[in-house]
Amino acid sequence: MTTVTAAGRTATGSDATSPPTTRKRKPMKSPYPSWFFIPAGVFYVVLFLIPTIASFYFSLTRWTLFDVEFIGFDNFVRFFQEPQLVTGFVNTFIYAFLTSGAKVVLGLLFGVLLSSQIIGRGFLRATIFFPVLVSTIGVGILFKVLMDPFDGPINQTLAVVGIQGPAWLTDPSIALLSVALVDIWKGVGLATLIYIAGMVAIPQEYFEAAKVDGAGAWNNFRHITLPLLRPATVTVVLLSLIGGLRSFDLIWAMTGGGPGFTSDVLASVIYKQYQAGFFGLSTAGNVVLFVVVAAIIFPLSWWLNRKEADQ
Amino acid sequence: MVPRTTRRSIVALGAGGLALSLALAGCSAGDSESDGGAVELSFLVDNGESTVATAEALADAFHEENPDITITVETRPQGADGDNVVKTRLATGEMADLFQYNSGSLLQALNPDQTLVNIADEAYVDKLDENFIKSVATDDGVYGVPMGQSMAGAMLYNKDIYADLGLEIPESWDEFIANSEAIKEAGVAAPIVQTYGDTWTSQLFVLGDFNNVLAEDPDWAEKYTNNQAKYVDQPAFAGFEHLQAAYDAGLFNEDFASATYADGVSMVATGEGAHYPMLTFAASQLATTNPEAADTVGSFPIPGDDASTFGLTVWMPTYTVFVPQSTEGAKLDAAKQFLEFLTTPEACDIESEANAPQGPFVVEGCSLPDDVPAMVSDLQPYFDDGKTNLALEFLSPIKGPALEQITVAVGSGITSAADGASQYDEDVKKQAQQLGIEGW
Repeated sequence: MTTVTAAGRTATGSDATSPPTTRKRKPMKSPYPSWFFIPAGVFYVVLFLIPTIASFYFSLTRWTLFDVEFIGFDNFVRFFQEPQLVTGFVNTFIYAFLTSGAKVVLGLLFGVLLSSQIIGRGFLRATIFFPVLVSTIGVGILFKVLMDPFDGPINQTLAVVGIQGPAWLTDPSIALLSVALVDIWKGVGLATLIYIAGMVAIPQEYFEAAKVDGAGAWNNFRHITLPLLRPATVTVVLLSLIGGLRSFDLIWAMTGGGPGFTSDVLASVIYKQYQAGFFGLSTAGNVVLFVVVAAIIFPLSWWLNRKEADQ
Repeated sequence: MVPRTTRRSIVALGAGGLALSLALAGCSAGDSESDGGAVELSFLVDNGESTVATAEALADAFHEENPDITITVETRPQGADGDNVVKTRLATGEMADLFQYNSGSLLQALNPDQTLVNIADEAYVDKLDENFIKSVATDDGVYGVPMGQSMAGAMLYNKDIYADLGLEIPESWDEFIANSEAIKEAGVAAPIVQTYGDTWTSQLFVLGDFNNVLAEDPDWAEKYTNNQAKYVDQPAFAGFEHLQAAYDAGLFNEDFASATYADGVSMVATGEGAHYPMLTFAASQLATTNPEAADTVGSFPIPGDDASTFGLTVWMPTYTVFVPQSTEGAKLDAAKQFLEFLTTPEACDIESEANAPQGPFVVEGCSLPDDVPAMVSDLQPYFDDGKTNLALEFLSPIKGPALEQITVAVGSGITSAADGASQYDEDVKKQAQQLGIEGW
């Protein structure tokens, strides 16, 4: 990225000999006058900059919405002492990596299937994408009913074939996994779509050349499709990981973090603090969430993109 | 935090949409200011069927007496989501002209001195029960009037099962466990019903035990507020201990983890379950789903370790009406007139009619109708003998918000009673600090 902009600057700049670093802060000559930026600038400051700065301030206060008391880092100390926070952290990572991994694998398989010449391809593609369009809360409430351990259609169906279904959402050891399963079902359509787009973009010439060299189906997949799908994989991994780390709505609709605290994730712990009126504490939680997501996603994104550039 | 009516997701979803449209309608109606002396008031209540019915019946009756004042009922969600709505609307000055909310510790979290209209000087306040006034007052003022009766946190039980097995009402915890074991052995019903599909229902073992705590230590509530008494220590620890003991003994219904409040009430009514620790506002749920069982479902206090102090833990009316400071001028006068109306016997009668009574009234001159359900009439002897104590949430402003999750964890065998109690102490500390109470 830097090389591109630096080159751009030297091309347009008057002093081509000065090193790019010293000119870093000077913008390149804009085709627009300054006042042209004012509307966007005002919205940006009011809607994004001020709230962000304010949230850092409020995370250091005991805040009731009515009055504010500055208490330093007490909120952060307390947040890390929350009994459910340790579970919340572990669960967040399990949930994020599980759903992300499953979406990559399943998305890839479905992508291969749905970019091949099969009957009703358009219909099948639409079908797998439908769950993405449905409201998450709706899906959550629906699956809560479906997964009821006694009256739920899933366990009643299993009972017909003689299997005693598990207590999907009320057994502490599998509640989180059940929610993750629904998340995967709901989100895999988007991953598939990205993979299909990636596959369509692979030039047919490669496959023709491989055919001349006598490559079979597996070799085609392993040595052409998979490497050339790398940008799609990076996108799917990043999107689903970010989604998984800050995931909340599905968990809240299905288990509310329960039973007890066993399926709590970071976002639901934070939400419960808001509900209880601990506004300063929950803002601190959001700052923590921001840092955690940034600490995972930035290095990962850098690593994935570097690998891509190396090739 | 416990006194909440049922939360059925699908109904709530529909009602949520309704609430939104009502709220929108309310806005446009409220904006067209009073012309020619006519005043329109908006009245925000939770979306429980019985709450809405009561509020509307009262609003209509009031309008008949005062034709130039019209009250429009708006609804909000119940539970913690509803708390959020109330707090946010108060903080932003967008509150309805009148609103219904809880008395006790939940009220304290609203910062009433700065957000609500003080009614301490109004004559009708003298008609209210002293304990009730305590639950809606701060050091600086009195803020609400009741819209309903007081109630008890009690053990609902199926009288038929008790009669069939020849059981006596247990006055101590050991007797209660012995009864439950006998029911388990007979195999006729689940000895104790728990319904963690609605998490708030899990708190009764702890909250309903408070009479026994006070019997042991009359100053416990004050010590607790001053950071000197903790749930990890006896006598308060007993509530957590009993919850774990009941789980360990396998006395709960098979589907305790997913059953809902409505399921629980039906189970005691039909004899699928023998005991259900619950607030007696369940009378209105019972009247809706199992009206034929009004005389089958009785109640007795949640027993403690000592039979000699057997008595009821009492809740002040959960439906309490407040006026926010954003209500001014003619609207404020009209709102105060409505509060006065709520303290008349006429209003009490409307409340008894719109909603099954759940306990004695706290307004002077009001009395219950003759045909109250058994679970309410069973309470009367304890009131008559003075064997009652207020629940903690009316004696201390501090109630930890995570109790319902903690008691679910203890009652499901995920957390031990000791760990649960210490988690709750931490939760209480957090709330106390947030409320700015000294000594924390």
